[in-house]
This record gives sequence, structure tokens and C-alpha cells, in this order.
Amino acid sequence: MSAASVQASVQASVQASVDAAVDSAVGAPVSGRLGDSPVRPDGVAKVQGSFAFSGDLSADGFLWGATLRSPHPYARIVSIDLSGAWAINGVEAVITADDVPGKPTYGLIDQDQPVFASEYVRYVGEPVAAVAANHPDTCRRALEAIRVEYEVLEPLIDPERCVDGSFPPIHPKGNVFRHQRIVRGDVDATGDVMVEATYEIGMQDQAFLGLEAALAIPDPGGEGVELYVATQWLHEDRHQIAACLDLPDEKVRLTLGGVGGAFGAREDISLQVHTCLLALRTGRPVRIAYSREESFLGHVHRHPARIWMRHHATSEGRIVKVEARIVMDGGAYASTSSAVLINAVTHVQGPYACENAVVDGWAVRTNHLPCGAMRGFGVVQACFAHESQMDRLAAACGLDPVEIRLRNAMQTGDRLITGQVIENVAPVRECILETAALPLPDEPVGGHDGDPMRLPGGAGLTADRSHIRRGIGWGVAIKNLMYSEGFDDYSTARVTLRDGVASLKFATAEVGQGFVTLAGQIARSVLGVDDVVLEPIDTTVGSAGSTSASRQTWMSGGAVDGACRLVREQLFAHVGAVHGVDPLRLAIAGRDVVDTMGDLRVPVAEATAGQVFEDTFEHHHRPTEELDENGQGNCHTAFAFVAHRAVVDVDPELGLVKVVQIATAQDVGRALNPLSVIGQIEGGIAQGVGLAVMEEIVQIDGRVRNANFTDYLLPTFLDMPDVVATLIEQPDPMAPLGAKGVGEPPCISSTPAVVAAIRDAIGKDLTRVPVRPSDIAF
Amino acid sequence: MSPTPDAGEIGADHVGTNQIYVLHVNGQDREVRDAWVGESLLYVLRERLGLMGSKGACEQGECGSCSVLVDDELVCGCLVLAATAVGQRIVTIEGIAPVGAPSDVQQAFVDAGAVQCGFCTPGLIMATHALLDRSPEPTEYEIREELSGNVCRCTGYGRIIDAVQRVAVARRGATSGGAS
Repeated sequence: MSAASVQASVQASVQASVDAAVDSAVGAPVSGRLGDSPVRPDGVAKVQGSFAFSGDLSADGFLWGATLRSPHPYARIVSIDLSGAWAINGVEAVITADDVPGKPTYGLIDQDQPVFASEYVRYVGEPVAAVAANHPDTCRRALEAIRVEYEVLEPLIDPERCVDGSFPPIHPKGNVFRHQRIVRGDVDATGDVMVEATYEIGMQDQAFLGLEAALAIPDPGGEGVELYVATQWLHEDRHQIAACLDLPDEKVRLTLGGVGGAFGAREDISLQVHTCLLALRTGRPVRIAYSREESFLGHVHRHPARIWMRHHATSEGRIVKVEARIVMDGGAYASTSSAVLINAVTHVQGPYACENAVVDGWAVRTNHLPCGAMRGFGVVQACFAHESQMDRLAAACGLDPVEIRLRNAMQTGDRLITGQVIENVAPVRECILETAALPLPDEPVGGHDGDPMRLPGGAGLTADRSHIRRGIGWGVAIKNLMYSEGFDDYSTARVTLRDGVASLKFATAEVGQGFVTLAGQIARSVLGVDDVVLEPIDTTVGSAGSTSASRQTWMSGGAVDGACRLVREQLFAHVGAVHGVDPLRLAIAGRDVVDTMGDLRVPVAEATAGQVFEDTFEHHHRPTEELDENGQGNCHTAFAFVAHRAVVDVDPELGLVKVVQIATAQDVGRALNPLSVIGQIEGGIAQGVGLAVMEEIVQIDGRVRNANFTDYLLPTFLDMPDVVATLIEQPDPMAPLGAKGVGEPPCISSTPAVVAAIRDAIGKDLTRVPVRPSDIAF
Repeated sequence: MSPTPDAGEIGADHVGTNQIYVLHVNGQDREVRDAWVGESLLYVLRERLGLMGSKGACEQGECGSCSVLVDDELVCGCLVLAATAVGQRIVTIEGIAPVGAPSDVQQAFVDAGAVQCGFCTPGLIMATHALLDRSPEPTEYEIREELSGNVCRCTGYGRIIDAVQRVAVARRGATSGGAS
């Protein structure tokens, strides 16, 4: 298959599914607009197995690529002997750091991560070399035949040794990625009540199902390269890849391969540069497809963190001062650690009003796996600490968990500990009260039918029903939306309206969240069309920014909306000129252009016949500021809020937990596609439950012990509780469509809610997630 | 399709089979030529027969993304050696319904919002068909138990359960409607 035919197949699969969706709407009333829940345009292709994920793409004459990785957390590379690999029949390329023609390193914020390690390896799994060959198994044998001599060094695995400076630098840029302090108000303020504790959060993996995979096709003569890849941010990838390849950006062309989930793990480069290098070196298309183990080693993870917090409050439970010390283990390379840290320190007060604060935070470099973006981005860690503290405070003040949170709930106009004023809709009270109003499960422990399978331990049949204890716990969260700290974040969309059909072009990475559905809804609503065509998602249009930070509904939604409005102005000018009506009088009603002050009514399809209206729009969010040395500044763009209530059954003898129900009310602004919103809520809660009771990458002495799905546990159908959800719809005037991003909040306070419920059930002081059976039983 | 090498090219230590074997896939006999005998059914379906609908996400039988039917039994394609499936009836996601004409289960997944990234979806469609063939009116708990070998990372499973229940209800309606 040639490059052109790959392109065609990607386009065809999108187009076919769009056609299918449109066909099913023929003859129906106008539907699929904002507020409806139309089906996904790629849905039929996905259920039939014909949707092309990045790992499904191939091209004529392609080679397989594979990566040799460090077996040591920290070591000096003494020598590398590639001759054994070259001797194997079928091997076409063997490359190392010496073969990187451009910048030897990459990274989203600080380019400190080598494409291939040259002098030192700094984590288990760091790429050292790559091969291209005719079969995956030939690749495997070639990797085994490469001889690397290492001088093994003592790894840095204790983040505190970065903070106190007692470990020699493991990288020329030192062992601290960033330190940020927040000081606000009266630092000596105290209250009648004081509670404190230290909390720990383990390393969570995004564990998307669609493993990293890419197909690179070199231009003739090696002057450029075409890359089909599953990523969250095409243009940023391109920029980093081009620098490493020593090519101009425009010579590196990216097309989104179907993305099998992301959750932050695809915001950083993984196999992109390697795939392109092998293709350019061999002059042939190259596919790389990671295994699950390699995926665990090959992408960034959620930062493990240790957080000490002390709350001072009045005897009525009103917070007087918050103190915190946060240390986040960023692993070997910077990735987005500095931004994750800022999210943690600026969200550690939680969704509660507070005048006084002293917060210190560090993100540090160790010889652990690199950490970066994962859904919730620093706020997950902070929320586990502040919500655990709220329950301590409630107990100290003799209040229940709901009352303590209501008394402190922040609202629009309140100042954060950064001095930033919350200008968004901030329905924290509503989130709590609406959640509290949702029904508790009506089933007793084990269910009405007494099936022992429903008890903690499930099919193991290990539980004695009479010993099972049920608990209820709460979590409430604030989450920033979009990018922070002065980054000029934007998204681009181009809309073409022709013969009653709107074509949308954007580089927004569809990772499963459903922007492809929403984009069509926006176009139908603004332009009065039924038929929407989605053009291929690639780098032939301006950047859309990253599919992260709960930002695409706001940012790319804003871009598509803006471009549609510009096109609609052209349409109205045209109809106005043809019919002698002031365009300002025209509006879209259903499928027609109508004169709001007269009788004119022209179908959009008729008005656009033989005409082409096209425009492009960049949506930029409002500017933000960097924090000063005291952590003061308007660093965030916008905020969303959510509350969770968890009900769990616990077997205190075996330490097993069954999460029975999660109730939630979420501040969504406006639900543009209610079914998609529910999908985000349920899916996010599953990841929050996972962090609460089962998900952790275990590293011992810098070595990963469970890089597979047998030992890294993901919630299954049987682990996932019923979710009862209410949407708090208060359209946000700052949001282009009134809608807030909804992806991250569900996984933030669901975790502390589950842990609080376990504490409620057994009375233990659980300060670490995931909660392990031994934490409960011993 | 992709030019996969023959066993000779892969290397001498792979006990070669230059023989041809035949897999019966989706009602058709498909020749597999010059394959290394160590290749899984998932690999052969995808890389040698071009049936890319079955997905690999863990390669150790934990996630169910590669679920296919072998002699009506739901199996993980990643755990079966392709060469051992000779003479058995293999049904993949491509054999469930013609392109553009989804089965009731497939359509219900689309309609119910049971699909996000879609990577787990083909395996879940296979597992759901198998479940409903065995047990036409499963309880919610039965659905959870029977589908628990298929991991989904996007949806939290709620909409998938809804999709399965929709199919069960619709089939029951169709049956009783036919009877009356």
C-alpha cells in the first residue's frame, strides 16, 4: 500500500462512517445538533472492526522496527557492539544515538530526554538502539544480538534526596525539575482545630488499550517523511520530530492514525522519532508496534507523590489556613513535570475558600520511569490529600463529611491561594447537594439475591457475608481547564460550506472522547446543514493543540464554532445580496436561512448551491500569567468542579473491597452531547476507582515489577460499580459554547471518595493509594 | 497485503515450515503460506490474512481485545497458535456482519454510546454475541460476569451493559412479536 493509499484508506474509513451516520438520519427531523446525542460518525466502523487504528496501517514493502531498552535504572554505557545484529539475515537497519542527525533530545517543555541514550541510561526501559527487519521475530533476535556493556551505577530512587541535595546529579540539568512555593495571607494564622497527615499516591498507568504504533513512509531521496501515528498533539509531535531529524517542520507530515485511548500517555513522544529514523535510513516504510510491556516502559505515567498537609480551622470547621509540602517523583526526564507540579500546588486547597496558605512543592528527577501527563494532571494527587484532610477536619470538629464541605465550598468571586479570582461558574454547593440527593444503593451487602459472587472477593467466594462492612465516603474537586502559566494555547479549524454540505478540517486528535461527533453537532447547529464531512486529521491545517487538559470541547469546539460563524456571515452576505435583504436580519432556523423581519425563507442547501464559502478560525483562550516566587498570579484559564460519593463493601479480614456505587454531580457548564458526557463520567470514575484500590506500577530498586495486564490490575466489569450521575448545567459565559471540559473531573475526587468509604467501613487511617489488601487487613 | 517473509528468511533457528496450512475463517478456506510455526492466530489473522479487526492489547489473554470464535468457543486469538486451528471453524469480527450492515449487537453498541476509542470493541462484540447466544436474557450481574474477560479503559462499562440489555430486550420483543 502506498502513502497515498494509506491516506485514502484513513479518509475512506472516516468518510464511510460519516456517510453511514448521515444515511441513518435521512428523512429524520433535524437532529444531531448541540444538546442532542447523535451517534459517533466512526461508530459503525469501530464496531465492525474496519476502523483503522495506527497499529492496523501498513504499506508495500514495509519493515518492522523494534527498540532495544536499558535493563538498568542507572548505568554508564561503556560500549555498544552492533555487529551481531547486522549479521542476522533480514536485518535492514541498526541505529543508535550516533545516527540521530539533528537534536539528540526531545521533550514537551524541556528537551532533556535522549532519542537514544548515549553516555548514560537513566531508567529501566530507556531506548538505546533500534532495528528494522523483515519480521517481528527477526527484530527480537537482532535486539538480543546487540551487545551493550554497562557500568552499573547506584540508582537515585528516593525523591527526598533530590530535595535535600544529598545525591549527586544524575543529569547535567540536576535532580530538581522545579520548586514552587505559595505564600498567601497571614502565614502565622492558626485556628481552634488543627489536623495533619502525610499521604502517598502510587504510580498509575494510563493503560490505554491501543498500544503505541506508527507507520513512517520516507519521501524519495529521504527529503522528508510521512508519519501515521496515534498521538494527542500532531503539531507538537511534528515540531519535536523535525528537530531530531534535522528537517524543516513542513518536511515532516503527520496524519492521525486511529487512536486506541490516550489519557495523557500520548502527549509525549515515544516511538515517533525512532520510526521516522528507521524509515529514512532504509528508504522503506517502517512499522513499530509496542508490546504491552514496552508500552509500560515507553510512555510517561502519573507522578507518584508524597504530600504532607496541615489544616487550621475554627471550631465550626471553617478553614483558616492550609499548609502543604508536596514532593512529586518525575522519574528520569522532565516531560511535563513542572506543569504537573504547578497543578498540584495550586489545587491543594481543594474547592474550598481559604485566605491563608503556605505550600511548598518539588518535582524531582530520579531513576524511575519518567512521569508526565495523566488524566487529572497533578490534581489527582492533591485531591487525595485535601479530601482526606477534610474528613479529618470533619471528625475533629464533630461535623459530618457533607457539612464540613458545604461550610467551606468556594464560589464565583472567591480568591484562590494564588490570588486568582474564580470567575467561572462555580457550583460547588450544588455539586455536593445534588450528589447527596442521589439515592443510596437499595441493595443490602451481597445484593437481594444473596449471591456470594457480589461480595468482596467475588468469584473467589472468600467472604463471609456477616463479616462484611459497608462504608460511605466523599470527595469533591476543583480542576483547571486548558493550559496555564502564560502559554498561548489555541486551536484551528477550517470550514467549507458547499452545496449544503459542511466540510470540517482540523488537527484535533480524536482519541475516543468524541470530538468528531461534537464537531458535526456544532456545524449543524450554526449552519443549518444535515451533512457534515470530516476531512482527515493531519498537519495540513494549523495546530489544534493537545487533546488534554479537558480542553478540546472548549478550544477546538470554539475553533469550529468560530469558523462556522465566519462562514455563516459569508452565507448571509450572499443571501442578503441576492434577495436585497440586510444580512443582519438573517438567521438560521432549522435547515433554512430566514429573514427575522420578513417572509424570506431559503433552504441552506439551495442558498449554497454552486457556491463555496470557506473560512478558518483560531480560538485562543484568554491570556494567563506565570506564578511569582510566592506562587501568586492568574496562572489558570478556567475551572470546573465535581462531587463524588462512594459506597463500598469491605472484607476486613482479607482486605478485599467491592465498590458498590459511585454517585456524582458534575459541573459541566452545558452538556453539548449528554451521552458523551455520561461516557466521560463513567470512564473517568473507572480510572479513579482503579487508582483507589488496584492500579499501581510497582518499582523496586528502580525496576518495574508488573509491566503487564496480569500484574497491573485494571477495573473489569465486575470491579466497576453502578454510577449514578447528575449534570449541573449552568452554562459558563466564558466558554465558547457554554460548555466546560468534562474529561478529567470524574477521575479526580472519585479516588478519595472510595478511600474515605473504606475508612468509614473499617475505621482505619488509610493514607496511601492504591489501598492494598494488607493496608486493610493488617 | 503486507509482504511477510517466509520462514527461511526469519532464521534458521525457527524450525521452519515451508508447508502451507489452511484456516477456515469466516466461512472461507484461507491458505497460510510459509509462516513461522510460532505465530499466534491473532498475528496470522492480522498480518497474513489481512483481517485487522481483531486487536492485540496485552498478548497474554487478559484483555479480550483479540476475542474470536474457534468452533463456537470464545477464545483469545493471542493465546492460540494459528497452526493448531487447522480444521476448525474460525469466526472473527469481520465474519459477524457485512461491512455497512451491522448486527443488532454492533448497532446497539453504536446507539448506546458503548464505543469511545473502540479498541476493545471488536472483542466485546464477539463476547456479547457469544453471551447472548448462550443466555438470551442475562441479568446485569450475568453480563458483568460473562464479559469480565474483556477490558475497556474508556467507558467504565455502563453504556456497554446498556447496549447488551437493549439487544436482549429487542430480541425478546422480536420473538414474542413473532409468536403473536
